Amino acid sequence: MNGTGLLRRVAPQLLTLAAVLALVTVFFPSFLSVGLSGDRLVGSPIDVLKRGAPVALLAIGMTLVIATRGIDLSVGAIMAICGASAAFAVDQGWSLGVAVLLALGAGLLCGLWNGFLVAVLGIQPIVATLILMVAGRGIAQLITEGQILTFSDAGFAFLGSGAVLGLPVPAWAWILAGIVVGLVVRRTALGLLIESVGVNLRASRLAGVNSTVLLLTVYMISGLCAALAGLIVTGDIRGADANNAGLWLELDAILAVAIGGTSLLGGRFSILASLIGAMIIQSINTGILLAGFPPEFNLVIKAILVLLILMLQSPRLGDVAAGLLARRRRADETGAAPRPVQEAGR
Amino acid sequence: MLLHARGLTKRFPGTVALDNVEFGLAAGEVHALLGENGAGKSTLIKCLTGAYRRDGGEILLDGRAVDPQSTAHAQELGIGTVYQEVNLLPNLTVAENLTLGRQPRRLGLVSRRAMRSLAREMLDGYGLSIDVDRDLGAYSVAVQQIIAIARAVHLSGKVLILDEPTASLDAREVALLFDVVRGLRERGLGIVFVSHFLDQVFAISDRITVLRNGRHVATTEAASLDRVRLINLMLGRELAEETSHNHGRREAGAELLRAEGLGRRGRITPFDLTIRSGEVIGMAGLLGSGRTETAEVLFGATAPDSGTVRDAKGPLDLSTPARAIAAGFGFAPEDRKTDGIIGDLTVRENIALALQAHRGWARPIPRAEQRRMADEYIRRLDIRTPGAEKPVGLLSGGNQQKVILARWLAMNPRFLILDEPTRGIDVGAHAEVLRLINEMVSSGMSLLVISSELEELVAVSDRVIVVRDRRHVAELAGQAITTEAIVNAIAAPEAKQEARA
Repeated sequence: MNGTGLLRRVAPQLLTLAAVLALVTVFFPSFLSVGLSGDRLVGSPIDVLKRGAPVALLAIGMTLVIATRGIDLSVGAIMAICGASAAFAVDQGWSLGVAVLLALGAGLLCGLWNGFLVAVLGIQPIVATLILMVAGRGIAQLITEGQILTFSDAGFAFLGSGAVLGLPVPAWAWILAGIVVGLVVRRTALGLLIESVGVNLRASRLAGVNSTVLLLTVYMISGLCAALAGLIVTGDIRGADANNAGLWLELDAILAVAIGGTSLLGGRFSILASLIGAMIIQSINTGILLAGFPPEFNLVIKAILVLLILMLQSPRLGDVAAGLLARRRRADETGAAPRPVQEAGR
Repeated sequence: MLLHARGLTKRFPGTVALDNVEFGLAAGEVHALLGENGAGKSTLIKCLTGAYRRDGGEILLDGRAVDPQSTAHAQELGIGTVYQEVNLLPNLTVAENLTLGRQPRRLGLVSRRAMRSLAREMLDGYGLSIDVDRDLGAYSVAVQQIIAIARAVHLSGKVLILDEPTASLDAREVALLFDVVRGLRERGLGIVFVSHFLDQVFAISDRITVLRNGRHVATTEAASLDRVRLINLMLGRELAEETSHNHGRREAGAELLRAEGLGRRGRITPFDLTIRSGEVIGMAGLLGSGRTETAEVLFGATAPDSGTVRDAKGPLDLSTPARAIAAGFGFAPEDRKTDGIIGDLTVRENIALALQAHRGWARPIPRAEQRRMADEYIRRLDIRTPGAEKPVGLLSGGNQQKVILARWLAMNPRFLILDEPTRGIDVGAHAEVLRLINEMVSSGMSLLVISSELEELVAVSDRVIVVRDRRHVAELAGQAITTEAIVNAIAAPEAKQEARA
């Protein structure tokens, strides 16, 4: 996709993000201010970039899985497993490098397991990944022996709460991971083959696409992204909490992909749009907290905002809107020049 | 005449599914509706039952013009339909299924007692002794089929359309079903019977109507028709003169591939096949006879469980499509929509797909190169599309077929299988596909062309393999390739099994 094509693709998401930011600013005027504290950037936008990291990372892998017409419910549990593995390694006195490699390896292994169930055994993705979603937290508990495994390794903590060039490490992580995965799928033929399998698996196989390897790959990428998210969350709280690390984040990741306009029926996908979707979700989360609503309102307000966003992106509603606009334009045919019509998503 | 359709016409984008079709059904007759896939049988039925809106013609029921708007409306008018897949609800009881939507009520509540007695009444005369309180799913498909018929007859009562009702029944169940059908005929219903099984058609039908390519070919008394003539009508030999085949125009090349004992249990009986370079092998047979199955084992779409395929260098691994493609094979499948095109992707991406899959994900075809390929094939094959970036699903059937041909031409395979390459495409595209076949062969490619159009096979083939009952039964070559010879080989189980020239 060239520059203008890409911009047109993510325009609805960018507009939505701008609208959410504007809305929050109304309630909390200093929301958009960014300052410098020591060598660190501080302010709500930076906080959004940091807090949104786990969902953004998960959304990268989830986008690819959903593009193949699959879904990965296990990413939250994989975060817990990987966080627990790394905490266990540090606790044993192993080096940080070993801990990180162990976590990434565990993520890849979990992805391989999901991919095996889906691609080789032909189990429906929602059922296949549900298995690890349930079992994963149990595995994580076994690793931490049922406790919250805390540690004091400064390097590990840096992964969750440190900063490089003023920007928090978690923000760097999802931005870099997004760029790397985005380039890999678009500069190689992986993106085309993933979309092809997502649209029509049978026809793709008959055209020679090795769908088995492809499906294994996307679930492994998803596992890897979940491992990164698990490392960040664990580093941030300096402890591995098998029960709560990444809890329900798989649903936010799916939501981010949906807000990003990738169809859950597979096919065309955009990682950039999913990442903007993740930032929209985090802006809502942070915004509701800052705007000073009583905390018991948070979930309801979030749900209403998400519903509004998805309704605005609904193609059916878009048709209705276009029809209304056309009628109005006919009505004042003699009047002023036609207003530019805003494309209401896909 | 109970039901009379006159000048029925139905168009779809790029094709005319029904062209001025005539169909009459008398009360008290079983009227078989025959034709190969794409002949227009199901379109005709869907127009009669209101599932499709017709584009032209009229439908008379009892002499009065009717205009069914939906299947429910058709049912009210008196036209009921039972499909191959029973569309009742297996987890409801027999009585609930029979009375669904019009359960007898008392004081606004469903009266189960009245419902049961109504259900028993409806089943009366069908020779079934079953418990109407048991779940429908507890009974065999044949019984479910009969219950579906009882419901349709009760709701409509004049015309009963049976669409492939015997496809999943065994011989005893078919006999049971036919008893029911005969009973209904006695009661004066007009019954339309759609089936691919010619024996069953002859066993039950009074009259037979044959459709081909959306046109009415013939309506005759079943008793006055024999198998050979019927197959002739279905597969088509309406041209007055025998189409000339092309024997002698091409030099037979060296042997390219040899399949020995290749087969798959339950799909295709093991067969031998020799393929020379630069020849066209035609494959003829009725629907479900094993034509597509032959193609699928050759291409690895279903892995064979016996036999080998070898070329001059030795045995080939054809266990998956990707491996068959690596061995220089290509396959344009019969069902373009589900097996061929990737609908949401562009013409460019669809053309590049096989080549890209073959190169592997790490070696992408540069976009400019893809573009050049797409533009070249759009020009060469005269693909009618607004541009290379148009989703292929929006093109007409003929142009989708050309996109799939382009996908394989880009691979330059040595052996290309075309399964019904001209089905469902308009006359212009039809001629172009045949021209392309000749072009590919003269460049040295070998082709296996599966087709229901016998003239087409006679026109393009150097040899013709005839399949019947999942078995290769005859091979015709040279002067022996005539539509007549092919029809005889398809029809006659015993005669001329080895009709070689």
